[in-house]
Amino acid sequence: MSETTVAPEQTEVEEATRETWSGQNVPRKEDKRLVQGEGVFFDDVKRHNMGYVHFVRSPYAHAKIRSVDVSAALDQPGVYGTLTGDEVATLTDPFFQISSPPGAHLKDYCLAVGKVRFVGEPVAAVVAETREGARDASELIEVDYEPLPAINDARLALDDEAPVLHDEAGTNLTWEGVFEWGDLDAAFAGADRVVKISELHFDRFNSTPLECNGSLVEYNRGTGQWTIITNNQFPGFAAIMMGPAMRVGLDKLRFVTQDIGGGFGNKITTHPQLVACCLLARKLNRAVQWTEWRTDFHLSMSHGNERWFLDTEVAVKSDGTLLGFRTTALDDAGAWLRYEPLGGVIWAQVTPGMYRWRNIRLDFRQVVTNKAPVSPNRGYSRMQHLWFTERVIDIVASELELDPVEVRKRNYIKADEMPYETPNGCIYDSGDYAKMLDVALDLIGYDGLESRRAGAEQRGKLLGLGIGSTLDSGTNNFGQSRLINPDLQFSGNNEVATVKLDLFGEIVVTLGTTPQGQSHETTAAQVVADILGCSVDDVNVRAGHDSYWNSHAGFSGTYASQFAVTGLGAVKGATEMLAGQMRKLASVVLACSPEDIELAEGQARIKGNPEAALPFMALGAIINANNAGLPEDLDVTLNCRYVYRPPFEVPDIERKYGNLTLTYAAQVHAALVEIDPETGVYEVVDYAAVDDCGKRINPQVVEGQVMGATAQALGAATHETFPYDEDGNLLTPNFYDYHVPHALDMPPLKTGYIESASPFTSLGTKGMGEGGGAGIHAVCAALQDALRPRGRPIVHDSFNPYERVWEMLREPDASRARVSVESR
Amino acid sequence: MEAGRAAPATSRITVEINGTMYEREVEARRLLIHLIRDDLDLTGSHVGCDTGNCGACSVIFDGTLVKSCMLLAVQADGASIETVEGLADGELSPLQQAFSDHHALQCGYCTPGMLMSATALLRDNPSPSDEEIAKAIQGNICRCTGYWNIVKAIKVASGQEVGT
Repeated sequence: MSETTVAPEQTEVEEATRETWSGQNVPRKEDKRLVQGEGVFFDDVKRHNMGYVHFVRSPYAHAKIRSVDVSAALDQPGVYGTLTGDEVATLTDPFFQISSPPGAHLKDYCLAVGKVRFVGEPVAAVVAETREGARDASELIEVDYEPLPAINDARLALDDEAPVLHDEAGTNLTWEGVFEWGDLDAAFAGADRVVKISELHFDRFNSTPLECNGSLVEYNRGTGQWTIITNNQFPGFAAIMMGPAMRVGLDKLRFVTQDIGGGFGNKITTHPQLVACCLLARKLNRAVQWTEWRTDFHLSMSHGNERWFLDTEVAVKSDGTLLGFRTTALDDAGAWLRYEPLGGVIWAQVTPGMYRWRNIRLDFRQVVTNKAPVSPNRGYSRMQHLWFTERVIDIVASELELDPVEVRKRNYIKADEMPYETPNGCIYDSGDYAKMLDVALDLIGYDGLESRRAGAEQRGKLLGLGIGSTLDSGTNNFGQSRLINPDLQFSGNNEVATVKLDLFGEIVVTLGTTPQGQSHETTAAQVVADILGCSVDDVNVRAGHDSYWNSHAGFSGTYASQFAVTGLGAVKGATEMLAGQMRKLASVVLACSPEDIELAEGQARIKGNPEAALPFMALGAIINANNAGLPEDLDVTLNCRYVYRPPFEVPDIERKYGNLTLTYAAQVHAALVEIDPETGVYEVVDYAAVDDCGKRINPQVVEGQVMGATAQALGAATHETFPYDEDGNLLTPNFYDYHVPHALDMPPLKTGYIESASPFTSLGTKGMGEGGGAGIHAVCAALQDALRPRGRPIVHDSFNPYERVWEMLREPDASRARVSVESR
Repeated sequence: MEAGRAAPATSRITVEINGTMYEREVEARRLLIHLIRDDLDLTGSHVGCDTGNCGACSVIFDGTLVKSCMLLAVQADGASIETVEGLADGELSPLQQAFSDHHALQCGYCTPGMLMSATALLRDNPSPSDEEIAKAIQGNICRCTGYWNIVKAIKVASGQEVGT
């Protein structure tokens, strides 16, 4: 079903030699436990007499809470206790808000206080002896609501008659920023054509990790510390949110993860539920266990950002040269700003997409609505923007009757322009986009496209080709948060690793990250083994994250395409420190200079004299258990901690200018779809995904990420959506109604790659894994191409179920009404 | 809404899992997956949904592949069940090894259920086609891999040639 094709020639990086572990498909260290069911996910952990938490959730999209009565639940046998919004408002402070005013004024607690703002919002919690008992008891908690009118469409959120969700903010427009670079007037004055697109819509969905959220929380009364065994994927962020809200220092919050069942960004914003569990563990003096139900996840957690692009104008030359665009991005944040409004700047990491647009204006407006709060979702905020830029390219090509392949090649940033500074100061580190497109077209059989099209037509089908070209910007400069709120004091990034040589020569690596399938144990071991001259089998990488280990920093976690840069950068730094110490120690023992020592085959030995060698075990034993007589000034611990810090400056807040991420991995995908014009049913019949993430430490792991991102994008393109009815009820609250791709849904896949090493990272790697939603863009483009003979409808939504294709077939002019072209 | 509820009824059941006999007192409404995970500490089988769609809890029940969240524990009285913990016999089974060799898992959460579905398939059909494999794992959701490598691994485990 899938095949891998290596690009005919590689750029810049030489083929990895067999002498290094890096660059090879080393078998995953994680697999042995996971294929035997011996992983430890949070729900696998138990404590004596623990209680099970169940949340009582709002059935209303918007309502005042008149009263909450827990007495009947408390009378129930096996019920240990409850928590209500009134208690929460006394025991905690509202969560810190990232936003500048008016979003800054939101009062967000771990349970609804005074009002509910979306269906599924937690209102109270109950703890009981069993899961079933907690659920039963939750039905006995009486909540008296006074329903209020609700808003479920961002475009209506600013109407005069629209209900305001947060009285403290006084408006549903919680954040707005105007981003403008270059000279728009000159660009439009110099244009031959101006293509106008009234409205495009990026739909609401998320990656639905198979394991839902949860935690096991214990409170230690003696030390005042909570141990939170969880699957939160960004404990540094959770701590920043939770500590001040709970009025405790961060040392009181110990986060522990081991195996996590998928995350995709969706497991960043669990801090409200974790606070509720902490309060309950303390109140009840009992370990409490919360496992989110699938329905609860769909109703309340981490929807991807829904975004409208309004009144877009594109300045273009007749030959398809793109001069600039202006648009209004209207972003629907849902009811709360749990990670928002960071999405209001994250998109700017990829402002011009892959193109040489120099003149851009984007008015970003984020509104709150009575829907589940949004949070990062694989491709977070860049995916929405890249979908927009890709749609613009294909709409412009269609309206100007140009070939979308040619328009891309004409406007792609060129390989010899790298590193390339974008209009807003981001530095694209390396890449060759035109070459990637060539590889993708070759894989999909572009040369035979017209005959395939004719063949499909003979069978009564419409065939179309679509391209999605995207960037997966990685390693955030958190200074970009200041473009959202100048008062924030975040900048840069960091990650931590410790590497030590233990008593019997064991090499032990501890990471600050929280992997959810990204194979960190394996790739870290590859980097360590190359530096220490040993086998990957000799490197023990601890599974998971524990803030007790002191092996984390403020931004530790696994999110935003960065491990290959930040995590492995830390691993490399710590291992090089250790290697230096090992050479120094060996030089003392062997009475030579450290420069004379080499590390190879699990030994420290004198170069050219392999007889004079100390096995790692000897080095470990000397320092840890046999150190009498060593020189007093010998600064060797064989236990090295390194904090990787990428080279960033604080962006210019006034100009909204600066490098927002360190690396820019690239993807070019090509899809062939075949539509049945009688029904609108379509199928992806061929698919190619070409990736460039610089140097690949483990090609199989990289390809796995490409495959996963592709599958998620294909699901989002056709099947996955979070629609709401007019009363604010989510219509897809489980896997019956929310259709994720199954094995039979997958098209044949061909993968390819090129390697453009990053000049800015210590290993030449780039963060990757999110994929930029290339599959969504490619399917949209392919549908538009296939439908072209049927009245040239415009694909205007990221989500295209069969009925939408049917609508475009029936009424192509309805979609065409969104587009006009002005000739100058 | 009623003010209080009577203590739930329980039954004593005996079940064999991976060759070990277990006897437990269970509530009538207890799901089989919760018996397996919570009462018997066999935490390899997972829960990914409330509705029987995801297949993370798949086990083999008296020779038949079932989703253990769709059965009550009391229905397992007298049954013989196989879970992921029973697949390896000192060393990994060919299926488990093929999953690792071909990167057919990332987070590993769906993997136990996926392996049980594949095990049931290969007993029934030792040389399945790609299409037959895809059909056999249609009841198992994976959000990480896109299934391509899972299909490949199952095919390899069946001893058949696969493309590169």
